[in-house]
Amino acid sequence: MREIQEFTLDDLRHLVSPRAISGETMVLNMGPQHPSTHGVLRLIVELDGEIVVNVIPDIGYLHTGIEKNMESKTYQKAEVMTDRIDYMYTIGNNLVYTLAVEKLTGLISPPRADAIRVILVELSRLQSHLLWIGTSALDLAAMSVFLYAMREREMVLDIFEMCSGQRMMTTYIRPGGLWRDVPAEFEDAVKALVAIMPKRIDEYESLLTKNPLFLDRTRGIGKIDTKTCLAWDVTGPTLRATGLPFDYRKTNPYCGFEQYDFDIPTQTTGDIYGRYLVRVEEMRQSVRIIEQALNKLPYGPVRDNNRKYVPPPRSEIGVSMESLIHHFKLWTEGFNPPVGSVYTAVESPRGEMGVFLESDGGPKPYRVHYRTPSIMLLQALPQMAIGHFVADLVGIIGSIDIVLGDTDR
Amino acid sequence: MGVDQKTGNVGIVTTNLEKMVNWSRTNSMWPMLFGLACCAIEMMGAEAPSYDLSRFGMELMRASPRQSDLMIVAGRVSQKMAPVLRNLYDMMPEPKWVIAMGDCAACGGVFNNYAVLQGVDEIVPVDVYVSGCPPRPEGLINGIVLLHKKVSGEKFAKWK
Amino acid sequence: MNDRLSPAVNTLQSKFNAQVAEFRDEVTLTFTPDQVVPAATILRDQFGFDVLAVETAVDYCPQTTPRFHMVYIVYSTTQHVYLNFRAGLPAENPTISTLETVYPNANWRERELWDLMGIKFEGHSDLRRILMPPNWEGHPLRKDYPLGYEEVQYTFNFEDIDLRKPKGVRLP
Repeated sequence: MREIQEFTLDDLRHLVSPRAISGETMVLNMGPQHPSTHGVLRLIVELDGEIVVNVIPDIGYLHTGIEKNMESKTYQKAEVMTDRIDYMYTIGNNLVYTLAVEKLTGLISPPRADAIRVILVELSRLQSHLLWIGTSALDLAAMSVFLYAMREREMVLDIFEMCSGQRMMTTYIRPGGLWRDVPAEFEDAVKALVAIMPKRIDEYESLLTKNPLFLDRTRGIGKIDTKTCLAWDVTGPTLRATGLPFDYRKTNPYCGFEQYDFDIPTQTTGDIYGRYLVRVEEMRQSVRIIEQALNKLPYGPVRDNNRKYVPPPRSEIGVSMESLIHHFKLWTEGFNPPVGSVYTAVESPRGEMGVFLESDGGPKPYRVHYRTPSIMLLQALPQMAIGHFVADLVGIIGSIDIVLGDTDR
Repeated sequence: MGVDQKTGNVGIVTTNLEKMVNWSRTNSMWPMLFGLACCAIEMMGAEAPSYDLSRFGMELMRASPRQSDLMIVAGRVSQKMAPVLRNLYDMMPEPKWVIAMGDCAACGGVFNNYAVLQGVDEIVPVDVYVSGCPPRPEGLINGIVLLHKKVSGEKFAKWK
Repeated sequence: MNDRLSPAVNTLQSKFNAQVAEFRDEVTLTFTPDQVVPAATILRDQFGFDVLAVETAVDYCPQTTPRFHMVYIVYSTTQHVYLNFRAGLPAENPTISTLETVYPNANWRERELWDLMGIKFEGHSDLRRILMPPNWEGHPLRKDYPLGYEEVQYTFNFEDIDLRKPKGVRLP
């Protein structure tokens, strides 16, 4: 049987203050299994009474070896593993990998595929923020928000299931465009969701925004300023709540985001309440983008025609010899992109998510590295939490919205 | 039933000890909060209003292992987490059951490599396996109903 | 090349005698390992590249003279451009000085590279394993480390593999 590998206070001597070694402060373990650590995160907290003197996060309890596993599969098969990295923004993981492969191979996805990608990605951001508002309010003991938010989330998951057959791990966005076209009921379902969403967001706001208990627990807690954020590479709503209006959808646009009209919400306080307001406003902007994309949805094909990388449609295989050969080669051997390395990044609900992809000309990726936002947010946790009470620590972890699959890969 | 009517329907029911104990165990099994990865999100979805888990008596997810009797292992178990999981299983008092939810807990799932345990039954004995990646909330509820059926059939010899 | 990138690239190329490569609108500079920290300081202070987006490594296993390539990607929030730079490391005892003094977020990235690739960083404040258990042997992401693939149990080899698999039991 395996034994738990522990480290003693001696090993952490360089990280804790001298008062811990003399016994004046208490070093406590908020272990991997805890009601509010959002996954398996272990925190070693040094406490002076109830005040936090230092926080040392210990990660690695969900390490899956995805990067090494992807090196032994072809490009198409490796995409299935990318869904499980940030399991709250599953369509975004597929999108960033697909954008990297498209940049490497030179594929171009048609306008209809781009518009549907935008709709699906913004729906995924909406369901991630809905789960965030449910669980972080649950941490601060506001239980009914969780039940309300999960009700809307089911509607979004029904739309994903209608397109691809799976509620969460869809693998719907593939190099060249999409897997296949959306069914006929897609537009009506999205229109129905968009029509009721603004009122539902008003409901969540009426439960939390002016609630005196919520305000007391969140205002002035967990502050961070812009300079520290940039030095520790914290992006996303945490950076926007400090005052810098920075969003990858506006600065380095992808998938046609430049055609849509939306605002970047910012606050200046940099505390938990500011991040909450930024995310609620982002939900409203997502609904606005989905509405615009749905109105402008063009007709046309959904996948690129380059048969060296994209499999041919089923109807063509029966009549054309080249299509049969392409199909055979793509499924048995895979495609061979040119030699080189690329990096692409998208805006996930937590910050910048990027893929560094290096190819050596073979059918399997030579090196895939995911630059995920949660590990940087967790590294900056001591900057936000020192000096507050232990109960506030729980609120701060909830507000930065980490996903442990993202951190450990 | 005969004794009930002879005494004038005052509310006496006759049964045997096994049925009574098994009925009380199935109707209020408290799961331990052990969501690790993506399957935990579907477990939370099963607790949500659309697929209600509280009709089985399970809406209370106890974080402390000393107060729970069901461990739903939801998600992939990595090398660093395995001894922690065994420790928590040992801390649970008898009687206890384990549901392995999802492909990663049942057999290693999509990940066949150095970092993920190929099935949680390498370290704890499992009663019900629920497949899916992640399984739908209805799939989890099917697994729970199957576990209830298994527990209702337990006999004297199995109790400690 | 992007006009916003050319002042930085020209300065670094002339000062450190670096090679410049371009692929799909991305510019990559190649330095030697001891030029990395001065180049990063110039990029941060003079040209406004304030965010270190990626710090990772690639293992070219059978080759030994640069066996590892350290890859750094920096981003400028004012100009909205990325710049890549690389440094080659040998197979025997790969060491490079840490970038923690220039960009503080390199701390955990370098711990991860020590854990998974075995590259040592001089001057790092806290070099210990981060993703694998503390007493794990080996560096998993290297190309000569096996994947740890377990054989699939079909009907014809079910019992053989079953005998070798560990099984969890209740303690009495």
